[in-house]
Amino acid sequence: MDLSVINPILLLAALMSAATPILLAATGELVVERAGVLNLGVEGMMIVGAIAGFIVAVNTGSPALGFIGAAAGGAVLSLLFVFLTQVALANQVASGLGLTLFGLGLSALMGQSYVGVKPPRMADLDLGPLSDIPVLGRILFSHDAMVYIGLLIVLGVWAGLKFTRAGLVLRAVGENHDAAHALGYKVKRIRTLAILFGGACAGMGGAYISLIRVPQWTEGMTAGVGWIALALVVFASWKPWRVLLGAYLFGGITQLQLNLQGAGVAIPVEYLAMSPYIVTIIVLVILSADKSRAPGSLGRIFHASH
Amino acid sequence: MTFTKLMATAALTLGLATGAFAQDKTKVGFVFVGPVGDGGWTYEHNQGRLAVEKEFGDKVETVYVESVAEGPDSERVMTQMALDGADLIFTTSFGYMDPTINVAAKFPNVKFEHATGYKRADNVSTYSARFYEGRAIQGHIAGAMTKSNIVGYIGSFPIPEVIRGINSAYIHAKKVNPDVQFKIIWAYTWFDPAKEADAAKVLIEQGADVILQHTDSTAPQAAAQKAGNVITFGQASDMAQYAPMPRVSSIIDNWAPYYIARTKAVMDGTWASTDTWDGIGPGMVGIGEISDAVPAEVKAEALALKDKIASGEYHPFTGPLKKQDGSDWLAEGETADDGTLAGMNFYVEGIEGDIPQ
Repeated sequence: MDLSVINPILLLAALMSAATPILLAATGELVVERAGVLNLGVEGMMIVGAIAGFIVAVNTGSPALGFIGAAAGGAVLSLLFVFLTQVALANQVASGLGLTLFGLGLSALMGQSYVGVKPPRMADLDLGPLSDIPVLGRILFSHDAMVYIGLLIVLGVWAGLKFTRAGLVLRAVGENHDAAHALGYKVKRIRTLAILFGGACAGMGGAYISLIRVPQWTEGMTAGVGWIALALVVFASWKPWRVLLGAYLFGGITQLQLNLQGAGVAIPVEYLAMSPYIVTIIVLVILSADKSRAPGSLGRIFHASH
Repeated sequence: MTFTKLMATAALTLGLATGAFAQDKTKVGFVFVGPVGDGGWTYEHNQGRLAVEKEFGDKVETVYVESVAEGPDSERVMTQMALDGADLIFTTSFGYMDPTINVAAKFPNVKFEHATGYKRADNVSTYSARFYEGRAIQGHIAGAMTKSNIVGYIGSFPIPEVIRGINSAYIHAKKVNPDVQFKIIWAYTWFDPAKEADAAKVLIEQGADVILQHTDSTAPQAAAQKAGNVITFGQASDMAQYAPMPRVSSIIDNWAPYYIARTKAVMDGTWASTDTWDGIGPGMVGIGEISDAVPAEVKAEALALKDKIASGEYHPFTGPLKKQDGSDWLAEGETADDGTLAGMNFYVEGIEGDIPQ
């Protein structure tokens, strides 16, 4: 065992990047659920975003355009969910699961001629003198732009939900859609916008995997990240900062356990492998001991006739 | 009990029904652990399936289900295939072992072929390839080329097949480079590109300049390429899109001849339960082209080693060898028997760390 081979600076830097896909997808889903909609299709929207972003980035040579394409791809797929649950009033759980299965198949089809293709590299954001600060510079200020955009989205969602009128209306729709409807708010329109936002975020999260973390396209490459994001939203009690904490904990411990394995630490590998899940759940469950609860109308179908 | 009866009745009815109409077509099913586009393990099994279709044309119908989780899910998929009238089912991952045996007991007239396992029945054969022969060649190249003397190894699950590969690679790396050290990370997955890439990055950060992988995707290759000056080997498939650097060679699984022969046996009615374990010699394990990134003399040595293994002149597990705890395993000149190899659950002397139990 030789712990000195673990570089804590690189570890913390890797944490921020490893957490970004989950963070993006979970933040998007948080907004969807706060609007009272349960979309289990996160995994499907992520994988479609991963390939849509990949295709755009390869064909335009621009990773930035790739992420825009990924957001569009995820949002377009979520339109299907909008149609099923908001127009056809189908069951949200079944529609979400269907969306995941459909997304996995669709992405495999879209990506057939992109296996083995290398995407353009996304350069790290140049933050000038900030990156030169010892230790902190390497950990905090030497990432690609998407890491910061992810953080900005969390900040925006938190502030938006807490301080703006739009956020208040969205929460009202999620807590009690009948009351919100009686007040004259357009429940379906608000939910549709929330679902589209969730799809765009999930799509960008997927593209972060295919364009930056792995960089390549492989079928099924999100490998369950969408489900972790979904669980995270629940354990984070539908609060943006807890989603951030959960994503960083999960990403960080995943990195840490790989590092500990490499260093040959004498902890049984099974425990190391399960530690990201256990620790994240325990921490968030303890935090949720306060009176936070799920949005009142979560998963319920709204029809104006009620 | 009722469920079993129901299944048996259903199978019988279906068997009678399909027997009357579709006697001329042999239906072959495949259960895959990853997507067919993984570029590695499942990709090659699917190539074998396509070869069966090409060989027999109209006389055969193949079906496959991809990304099937090991465990109860796979049992459901196999049962469905058998109910749909499959005559022969290939289950292509170690974790399908018990499900295959369970389902086979319910469908005595369907033939099953389980890859990389060790449990057989009257209608269950096992087959695997001697990947460890290819690992010996990788180990040789890795030991000769590493400058940091640290070789990173991404393991999937601590099962004999993977442990054999680690041992074989280590023995041959150590032969050319006594200072070599193996760092092993268990990913606990066959297929998760992001996690595989992370594992590769961590190994590289910890000083490894050679990455060997026993997981199925090409993600570690991409991570190594991004890091630069790190070499890798294609796993299960050639992964030639990453040649000449970082991928300097590869192990290629060639299942097509076996799949064709077994399908033929079912058609001819000569199928019998067997245990097949072929290596470089019969062509089940191929060694992908060694790229120019490898120095010429190392390449020549590697090819010579390959020829000696193929001809049977040399066995990768030849004594003297000790186990990790220092106890004797093989005496001078003695070679490992297949039984020990099939159930290998120990590291050879020199590898650090414990095998997760």
